[in-house]
Amino acid sequence: MSTTFESLQKRVIRRPQQRHIPVLATLALLCVMYGAGVVRYTGFSDTQIVLNVFIDNGFLLVVGVGMTFVILTGGIDLSVGAVVALTTMIFASLVRAGWSPIAVLPVVLLVGALIGLAMGSIIHFFDIQPFIATLAGMFLARGLCYVISTEAIRIDNALWTSLADYKIRFGGFHISWSVVIALVVVLVGAYVLAYTRLGRNIYAIGGNQQSALLMGLPVGRTKIAVYTISGVCSALGGVLLTFYTSSGYGLHALGMELDAIAAVVIGGTVLTGGSGFLFGTVLGVLVLGLIQTIITFEGTLSSWWTKIVIGALLFAFIVLQRAVARRTS
Amino acid sequence: MAAIIKHRLFWPAVILVVLLVTNVFFSGSFFKVEFRDGHLYGSVIDILRASAPLGLVALGMTLVIATGGIDLSVGAVVAIAGALACLRISGLDDQNSVTGVLLAVGLALLLSLALGVWNGFLVATVGIQPIIATLILMVAGRGLAQLITDGQIITINSSPYKMIGAGYWLGLPLCVIIAVGVAVVAGLIVRRSALGLLLESVGGNAEASRLAGIKSRWLILIVYVFAGLCAGIAGLMISSNVSSADGNNAGLLIELDAILAVVIGGTSLAGGRFSIAGTILGAVIIKTLDITIYTVGIPPEVTLLFKAVVVVVLCLAQAPKFREKFQRRRPSAPATQAPQQKVEVTA
Repeated sequence: MSTTFESLQKRVIRRPQQRHIPVLATLALLCVMYGAGVVRYTGFSDTQIVLNVFIDNGFLLVVGVGMTFVILTGGIDLSVGAVVALTTMIFASLVRAGWSPIAVLPVVLLVGALIGLAMGSIIHFFDIQPFIATLAGMFLARGLCYVISTEAIRIDNALWTSLADYKIRFGGFHISWSVVIALVVVLVGAYVLAYTRLGRNIYAIGGNQQSALLMGLPVGRTKIAVYTISGVCSALGGVLLTFYTSSGYGLHALGMELDAIAAVVIGGTVLTGGSGFLFGTVLGVLVLGLIQTIITFEGTLSSWWTKIVIGALLFAFIVLQRAVARRTS
Repeated sequence: MAAIIKHRLFWPAVILVVLLVTNVFFSGSFFKVEFRDGHLYGSVIDILRASAPLGLVALGMTLVIATGGIDLSVGAVVAIAGALACLRISGLDDQNSVTGVLLAVGLALLLSLALGVWNGFLVATVGIQPIIATLILMVAGRGLAQLITDGQIITINSSPYKMIGAGYWLGLPLCVIIAVGVAVVAGLIVRRSALGLLLESVGGNAEASRLAGIKSRWLILIVYVFAGLCAGIAGLMISSNVSSADGNNAGLLIELDAILAVVIGGTSLAGGRFSIAGTILGAVIIKTLDITIYTVGIPPEVTLLFKAVVVVVLCLAQAPKFREKFQRRRPSAPATQAPQQKVEVTA
């Protein structure tokens, strides 16, 4: 086909599909923020700064993956922060009781999966709103934390400390194991969403549950599956958090569900479900991490500015989503 | 008899009675109400006092939920209102000056109204999903509250301000009178005029009610403004009760308790059906649960576990699907229900 100017314009300028616009906007924002940081602060251009954002937010990334699955079906999971805290608590208490961390790992993942499974089952079988069911899950998990102990429990284990402190070095930079684990989780999650039957079912249910049901898709099984996945991701996130804090505490990850939801939304996933990408969630987590880094570099800004900026960003992205959705329809 | 059992508020009322009776077993003088120094004293009064702020927040939440929305930002508004009022009062030359306190209170309430307008604007005009629209203020609002208090806890010493949360009038706690007053006024306005019907119709089907000629946009804006105002009053009560404002912790998670109270009261989260009396009952149940746990001697940390159990049990008891499975066990034909989008409780 001969390329007239118009068709070229169509191809080049309208090339980004509507559904990609939010993710591209996040990417642009990330670049602007990073660029501004590099220009403004000395030492910001160090690649290690970016790697540190990953190191500090590995657990949020893993939790965000689970949250993305849930939100893509049009649901929401408020229990993630509490499950993260419960995981750190079970982990710390079992290690203190003399268990090997390697043996504890499957136990906590199983607990996370069970909580997710229970919430998913209640949501599906009894038609309870996800908001309420996961709220109950949140109360349950936080309550269980305090049943185990109201105090923080230190994790004193040579193996665990060495794993947590281990630095994977390359070319003068370093990352931690939690980054590797988080990236593996992201890759697996992205594969599942893009290339498996489960992934397509998730998008279908989020798009229109009624149609998905009429098409004969396993709506119930898929819904239960996403909450179970989110439970497992939260438990894994909790394990990564123990790398970071070396302790279990019932007040860990307070309000983390908000950070996770914010990361997913800033990453361009639509909260009514059916549209979004895991890559966007990675970008969303990076944006949150970068805000904190910039505020640290700025020095004079207090920590609560983080919240205000995140709120403003949420607003901007939600309005953007609305605009995109309106133009598509 | 069957009519009573089937009443929407039957099970919540049973739970409240069970909780109250449990208390009597552990503390014999539980129901004793004394009249001392011109005030009423007693555990029941304590429960009512503790329920007042939560009841107010839940009241605003009820109307929001009736339109099919939700307001997650009430906790942040509670913190902001308390913070602003305390900041103004701490800057007064004479913290006991009534006009100064009234001015501070008015300013705080005005700000709460403005925050409600912001939420309502996002939902009604911009057309953002309520849970997301109010999430913005929930996140940013905590930051704002800390900005107002500069990250500190502002302590004040003002007896007029203290009245709001801890004072008495005619022997009754003032905060209870305020909460009941707001609830009664709201109930009268909503039920004695067509407003309640309009709200329910918007919650049932916003598009259909728009076609029927209802200005749903204004109604939605109004309920969010009302929710903001209620949260603001509750914020004043909470900060006045402790004579200080803590931007970080005031009203933390109160949005969840409020939503819980609304759900316990039989209001459908899907919108279109609400009960103000039920919500107030729900708020009292939640606070009674808190106090019961203290009297029984269970470590207070376990409160959350109990709440989880109560939420699940109540939601299941009210869930149409659960009732159906429970009731239709006898008939041989399995209950093959067509997928329903919005199910009404058989009342």
